[in-house]
Amino acid sequence: MKAAVVVFPGSNCDRDLAVAFEQAGCDVSMVWHKDSALPEGVDIVGVPGGFSYGDYLRCGAIAAQSPICQAVVDHANRGGYAIGVCNGFQILTETGVLPGALLRNAGLKYICRTVDLQVATADSVFTEGYAAGDVIGVPIAHHDGNYYADADTIAALQDQDRVAFRYVDNPNGSVADIAGILSENRRVLGMMPHPERAADAGHGGTDGAAVFRALAGLVTAA
Amino acid sequence: MKARVHVMLKNGVLDPQGEAVRHALGAMGFEKVGGVRQGKVIDLDLADDATEADVTAMCEKLLANTVIESYSIEMQG
Repeated sequence: MKAAVVVFPGSNCDRDLAVAFEQAGCDVSMVWHKDSALPEGVDIVGVPGGFSYGDYLRCGAIAAQSPICQAVVDHANRGGYAIGVCNGFQILTETGVLPGALLRNAGLKYICRTVDLQVATADSVFTEGYAAGDVIGVPIAHHDGNYYADADTIAALQDQDRVAFRYVDNPNGSVADIAGILSENRRVLGMMPHPERAADAGHGGTDGAAVFRALAGLVTAA
Repeated sequence: MKARVHVMLKNGVLDPQGEAVRHALGAMGFEKVGGVRQGKVIDLDLADDATEADVTAMCEKLLANTVIESYSIEMQG
């Protein structure tokens, strides 16, 4: 499994994401935001957390216009796999690869702590390592994690079983407790919590590791 | 040529910052404030031949996220 992790000015979870992919057995390359193409043969792209371009204007808005993001969008449109975590989720919504947008947390405060997430569906390559209904502990660290989409979009996400994770105790006001969603073809995952920060025993928990283990399993499956 | 773009969260989208300002105004005794919405103003210095259509394209592509935000444009000659 060949993974690429995009690095923007302001990314701060790029190495964590790369290590999580590596520990799951992926061959990882880092890709600079000014590059206009992904490395040959990349199976999955990781869009990391952080504060791309300082989050000026809106979170992820300027990153979404970068040369590499067009390559990521093309990759997703071709049916490629991608995961966007935190700022990466914001970027994927800004590109339109995933629906909705992330607003300022309802309580206005930056929140940094481990929260309980319920796995809403096991029907995706990212979540097949869990059972639907499992509750896992994964860190969040965000100021703008309040997922919003209009009622029709939320209904479509729910009808199509595209909510990947829900907050057990909604920390930020997200509609329908949504913490992560899947694309229509179920090959792109965007989530505000950080599974890469719960992927190693040294992190204090390994509940996020199954996301990456399941991805690496694609190699043998394909 | 100048243009001023107003970007606001759409009606129906929770504006926690506006709500915090409303709460603060209420606490200060300004009881006549029923609601506050907070947005941003973006001033553009443009080439003389720029048109409102150019600014609209900028809004649609970058300046506003039309999933959550509405925008209005004032061309200022």
